[in-house]
This record gives sequence, structure tokens and C-alpha cells, in this order.
Amino acid sequence: MKIYLKFDFNTICRKILEEKLNEKGLKYRIPSFGEVEFLEQVSKEEMKALTNNLTEYGIEIIENQKTALVQKIKDTIVDMVFSEKDINVKASVYLAEKLNHSYGYLSNLFSEVTYTSIENFIIMQKIEHAKQLIVNDKLTLTEIAYRLSYSSVAHLSTQFKNTTGITPSQFQKIITKRRELANKL
Amino acid sequence: MNKEYMHIILADDDEDDRLFFTDAFDELKINTKVQTYNDGAALMDYLNDEDSILPEILFLDLNMPKKNGIECLQEIKSNPKFSNIAVAIYSTSSSEEHIEETFVSGANIYIKKPSDFNMLKKVLSDVVTINWQYQTSGLNKDNFLLRM
Repeated sequence: MKIYLKFDFNTICRKILEEKLNEKGLKYRIPSFGEVEFLEQVSKEEMKALTNNLTEYGIEIIENQKTALVQKIKDTIVDMVFSEKDINVKASVYLAEKLNHSYGYLSNLFSEVTYTSIENFIIMQKIEHAKQLIVNDKLTLTEIAYRLSYSSVAHLSTQFKNTTGITPSQFQKIITKRRELANKL
Repeated sequence: MNKEYMHIILADDDEDDRLFFTDAFDELKINTKVQTYNDGAALMDYLNDEDSILPEILFLDLNMPKKNGIECLQEIKSNPKFSNIAVAIYSTSSSEEHIEETFVSGANIYIKKPSDFNMLKKVLSDVVTINWQYQTSGLNKDNFLLRM
């Protein structure tokens, strides 16, 4: 028997983070995803132990301010795409308002650190979400296009092909065949 | 993840192709460390050695002596130790059947070798940039399929 799972990464990360912080008996608050504010002094030893504990889960403490802001941009985009919020404003306005910086600044910083642009990153995340929906939820492409706010199926298909080099149906076929192969072994 | 370079390996028996490949990376702005092998057996020896540093991305030519690209791919995909390595097939063939077969066997990327050096630089830069996003943005690697 085999089951397929869908994860809510925000919830998982938050749970792990809270567990680890509680274990250490630290007083803290989590103002937003990817941020922890300590309410009292944390010693160097405590910080080191916490760092080690979190590394095990692939959680890394970001030292550099620029990297931290880029991570916030990414988190905001991922949240925007995966929550399928019906955002009426443009992504550029949304990011600028949420992160309190001009879009020009965010956009330059993002390209400098990640080697790609915010626009490309958004497209990539949307296509990733489309892939997940194709694989897990067995939605039709029309339904997926609608959920991800594409103007048409053709628009989604073209962007999918431009981003991955293959069509959505080729993608689905390959993943299905991979699963069949894995089940045989 | 704050390592300042990306570790890349190419296995290809053609000397010119290996040279073009390393030259192309020298000219990209992403910091990379490129290692090359001229057949599949030498590559697998390196990967299986416990002291070896595993690459973030591995480029495999399909036709190689001793062990071909498909054999390497299958070996890599059946060993959980290598689950973090993205595998790119780097081949002259563009047969649809071939391409689908390598994807089904677990390849993440399929690149038809470009004949022009500038094209090669562009393709490799795109591949490495996209792979970088998969490494740093928590994307699901099982769904990572890219054809260039």
C-alpha cells in the first residue's frame, strides 16, 4: 500500500521552531514567518546550542542582513503563490507594502543575491505549484489555470513549457511512469 | 548552504566537450568548482568514495566507455546517499523516446549539447541558476524536470 502526502511547510517549520525554542526554555515571540525575537538576553552558549539543534532540521540562522531580506522576499512570494490568495494588487506593489522597501530596491537586491529576478522567481513558484497540483490533486489543467489566476489554459501551458522545457502533459506522463517503476521495484 | 561556490561534476569521454564545459563555467558570474571524469566507472569510484565531497549537480554524457550514462544514473538514483544531487543528462541525442526514458529513470535535467559556445554558456548558466533555486528555496526536487 502507498499513500501520497501533501505538506504545509509553514506549519511544519513553525512547529519545529517552537518545539526547539521551548526545549531551551527561551522567552521569545515569532513576529512573522522566518523571524524570532528574543525577549531576554540569550547567552553565546545557548545560541550555539540552538543553532546546532536547528541545523539538524535544515533551519539556518541568517547572519547577513541582505540574505535575511532576500529570504523574506522569497517567503512572501511562496506564501502569496501557494495560499492562492486572490491578490488584486500587482506583485510589485504587494511586496513593497509587505516588506516596507521600494520595489526597485528589493528587485536589485534580489537579483544580486539569487542570480535571478523577482519576476522569474514568481513564475517559477507558480509553475512549481502547478506541478504539485498536477501530481497530487489530479485537477485538470483548466482548474489549475483558474486557481493560479492565469488568463487561460494556453497561457499556463506556454509558461510551463517555457520554464521547464516540457509540456504539462509530458510532465504528468513522466511522473506517472516514475511511480509505476518505483512500485514495480 | 552558505558555501560560496557550487560544486559541479561532468562525466564525458570527449576531451573537447570537457574543455568547452569548464571554459563556459569560468566565464559565468556564479562561483563554481568544476571537476571532470572521462568515463562512468571513474565517476562512480569518486562518488562512492566516503571521503569525496558530493556535487550539487552532476552532468552525465550518455555514451561513455566502461559505464554509460544510463547505468550511472540508475546507480545514483538507487542510492539514498546521492538523493541531493541533481542529475543532468548532457547528450547529443534529441530523440523524444530517449529523453523520456532518462527522465523516467530519475534524471532532473536533459540538455542537448549546443554546438555554439555562447549558446552553451547561456544553457549552463540557466541550468545552474534554476538548480540553485531548488537548493536554496525549498522546492520539491521530485518535481524538478527541465529540458533545455
